[in-house]
Amino acid sequence: MMLTIRNLTVAVEGRRILDGLDLDIAAGEVHALMGPNGAGKSTLANVLAGREGYEVLEGKALLDGQDLLTMEPEARAQAGLFLSFQHPVEIPGVSNLQFLRTALDCLRKARGEPPLDSAALLRAAREAAQLLGLPADFLKRGVNEGFSGGEKKRNEILQMLLLEPRFVILDEPDSGLDVDALKLVAAGVNRLRRPDRAFLIITHYPRILEYVRPDRVHVLHGGRIARSGEAELAHQIEAGGYAAVLEGSVA
Amino acid sequence: MSTAELDAALSQAYEAGFVTDIETETLPPGLDEKVIEYISVKKNEPDFLRQWRLNAFHRWQTMREPRWAHVHYEPIDYQGLIYYAAPKRRSETEIDPKLLETYEKLGVPVHERAALAGVAVDAVFDSVSVLTTFKDKLAEAGVIFCPISEAVQKYPELVQKYLGSVVPPGDNFFAALNSAVFSDGSFVYVPKGVRCPLELSTYFRINTARTGQFERTLIIADEGSYVSYLEGCTAPMRDEHQLHAAVVELIALEGAEIRYSTVQNWYPGDEEGRGGVYNFVTKRGLCAGRGAKISWTQVETGSAITWKYPSVILKGDDSVGEFYSVALTRGRQQADTGTKMIHLGRNTRSTIVSKGIAAGHSQNAYRGLVRINPGASGARNYTQCDSLLIGPHCGAHTFPYIESRNPRAIVEHEASTSRVSEEQLFYCRQRGIDPERAVALIVGGFCKDVFQKLPLEFAVEAGKLLEVSLEGSVG
Ligand SMILES: Nc1ncnc2c1ncn2[C@@H]1O[C@H](COP(=O)(O)OP(=O)(O)OP(=O)(O)O)[C@@H](O)[C@H]1O
Ligand SMILES: [Mg+2]
Repeated sequence: MMLTIRNLTVAVEGRRILDGLDLDIAAGEVHALMGPNGAGKSTLANVLAGREGYEVLEGKALLDGQDLLTMEPEARAQAGLFLSFQHPVEIPGVSNLQFLRTALDCLRKARGEPPLDSAALLRAAREAAQLLGLPADFLKRGVNEGFSGGEKKRNEILQMLLLEPRFVILDEPDSGLDVDALKLVAAGVNRLRRPDRAFLIITHYPRILEYVRPDRVHVLHGGRIARSGEAELAHQIEAGGYAAVLEGSVA
Repeated sequence: MSTAELDAALSQAYEAGFVTDIETETLPPGLDEKVIEYISVKKNEPDFLRQWRLNAFHRWQTMREPRWAHVHYEPIDYQGLIYYAAPKRRSETEIDPKLLETYEKLGVPVHERAALAGVAVDAVFDSVSVLTTFKDKLAEAGVIFCPISEAVQKYPELVQKYLGSVVPPGDNFFAALNSAVFSDGSFVYVPKGVRCPLELSTYFRINTARTGQFERTLIIADEGSYVSYLEGCTAPMRDEHQLHAAVVELIALEGAEIRYSTVQNWYPGDEEGRGGVYNFVTKRGLCAGRGAKISWTQVETGSAITWKYPSVILKGDDSVGEFYSVALTRGRQQADTGTKMIHLGRNTRSTIVSKGIAAGHSQNAYRGLVRINPGASGARNYTQCDSLLIGPHCGAHTFPYIESRNPRAIVEHEASTSRVSEEQLFYCRQRGIDPERAVALIVGGFCKDVFQKLPLEFAVEAGKLLEVSLEGSVG
C-alpha cells in the first residue's frame, strides 16, 4: 500500500472530527472522498499534511511505510505528499516562479539533487501554465495574490505538475470552476497519473470524476469511511443525497 | 509553527562578527578640546576646519541627547568612548594584508579586478579610510571619489563651501558631536553633466573596542550629473555597545540625480540585548536646483538601536525626493527610522515607501514628516507605510506627521499592519520549504517594492542579507 490509515482519531478543539478512520490507497490508484459539509474531509487532508491545531488521539498514517504523523510538514512534502488546498492562501510580493523555484530547490536538496537550472524551470513552468490555460504573465504574479477562485485552483495544479509529488490530495479542486477550467484541471491530474503515484480527490460533485476516473469512491460520515464503492457511488449520491447511500451504515 | 520554533528560526546569525587583530593607534577614552585639536592636527587640517570642529564641540556641550524616539537605552558615557582609532600604517604606500583580508572576508570587492567590476570602493576602518579603488578610472570622467580627509587637503574650497551646508553643526546632538570629532568618510564630486561611470560604495567597519565611529560623507552632484552610491556597514560582536554617529550630506544641483543606498548590518547585539551598535545617524539631502532628484534606499537589518531619518529638502522647483526603506528588527533590536520630506519649491514631489519587519522581542517604529511650505504650490507626497509582525512579542509603530501649509498640495498616506500567518507558513512548508526559508520568502515578498529600487548588484546582496538575518544556523 502507498497510503495506509488505521483507526485515525482526531479532535479539533476538544471535538472528535475523525473517529477510527481506516483507509488504504494503493500506488497507481485514484480514490475519491465525498461526504457532507463539515464531515471532516479537509480535516483528514490537513492532518495528513501536518497542519497545526489538530489533536491526533489515536491511530496512524503511513506513506510508503513511513509514519507520517511524526514528521514535520516539510518532511512530509519531501517524502512526496502534496496537498492542493481547498482555500489557497496569498503570499504577496512572492512571484509564482520564485515560489516554485524555492519549493523545488528544497525538495531537490532533500533528495540530494542539485537545484534545477533557471531556464529548465522556466520552460517547464510555462508549459504547465499553458496546459492549464493560464496567461503568460501568470508566473510573475504574486502567489495567489488577487487571483480569482478558479485561478487559485489552477495554480495549485500548476504547482503539482512542477513538483511531481508521489501522493496527491486534492481538496475540492473542482469547486468554483467553470466547465472549461474543470477540464483543464482534470487534464492536469490525468497527466500525472502513473503506476507509482496515487491520488485522493475530495469533492462534492461527480462531474470531475467523469474526467478523472476513480478506482474507488468513499463517503466520510460520522468520523470514518461509512461507505465505499465504485465510481457509480458518486452518481447515487448526486441523485439521492447522502441519506440514500448511508442508510444502514454505522454512523 | 509555534513561537519557540519561530524564535529558533529567527535566532541570531551574524556573519560579520569577527575581530581583526591589527595594531592600532588610539587615543585614550574621553573628549575635550585637546582631543579635537589632536584629530585636526593628525589630519593636517586647515584652520577653518579646526575652528569649525571646535565651534561644533562648544555647541554640543550645550545640547542634550534627544529623547523623543521610541527607543530605550542606558545613558551613554561620552567620556568613556575612544574618539580616534586608526590601523597603524606599515608604510606610506602599502596596505596591511590583514585589512585586505578583513574586507575580503566581508565580501567587499577591494581588488580592482574583482567580480563587481562596475563598483568603486572606499573602505573605512575605524576612524580612517584605508583604500579606495578605481580612482584613476573615475578621474578620467572627472569624478572625485576619495576619503574626506584627502578632500580636505586637495579640494578645500569645495569642502568649505558644502560641509555643514545641509546638516549644520548644531542641527542635533549627534550631528554636533560628529561635526566636532568626525574622522573620515567619503567625499564625492560629480562635475556638470557627467554620469558617473561606476557605482560608488563605501564599506564602514568598526573594529577596535569602545571606539565610536563618526564618519562624515559629503556628496555633491553638479548640474545635470548622476551618481549612485552605496554604503555597507559591519562590526565585530562585542559585549559592550558601540556608538556610530555619522552625518551624510547630499547636494544635488539643478537637474542632478543622486541615488544613495544603504545596507546597514552593524552588529545587532545578542538575544538578550547585550552589546550591539547604537546607530544614531543624520542623513539629509538638498535638492538645490530645479528638477534635482535625491533618492534614499535603505535596508537596515543590524544595530541594537537605529535612529535615523534620511531626509530631503526639496528646494528647487520640480525637484523629487524618494525614500525607500526596509527595516528588520529581531531579538531585542529597536529601530526608530523614517524620513523627512520638506517641500519648499513648486511642483515638488516626494514618495515614501517604508517596510518595517519586527520579530522576536524587537520594536520597530516608522517616524516620518511631510512638510509642505506655503510656497510649494502643486507639491505632492505619497506615503506608504507597511508593517509586518512575526510572532507575538514584537511591536510595530507608525508616527506620521503631516504639516501642509499649502491648500493646493496633495498628500496621500497609506498604512497597513500584517502578520506572517500560520496559514502562509504552512502553505510553504507543505510545498517542502523549511520554516527559515519560508519566513525569508514571505518577508522578501513583503519588501519587494523596496528591493526593486536597489542597484541590481546590491538587490541580490540585500535579499541574501535578509535571509541570513532570518536564518538560524549560518556562520
Ligand atoms: N480549526 C478549526 N477550529 C474549529 N473547528 C474546526 C477547525 N477545523 C475544522 N473544524 C470543524 O471540524 C469539522 C470538519 O471540518 P472540515 O473542514 O474538515 O469539513 P469538510 O468535510 O472539509 O467540509 P466541507 O465540505 O464544507 O469542506 C467542522 O465542523 C469544522 O467546523
Ligand atoms: Mg473541506
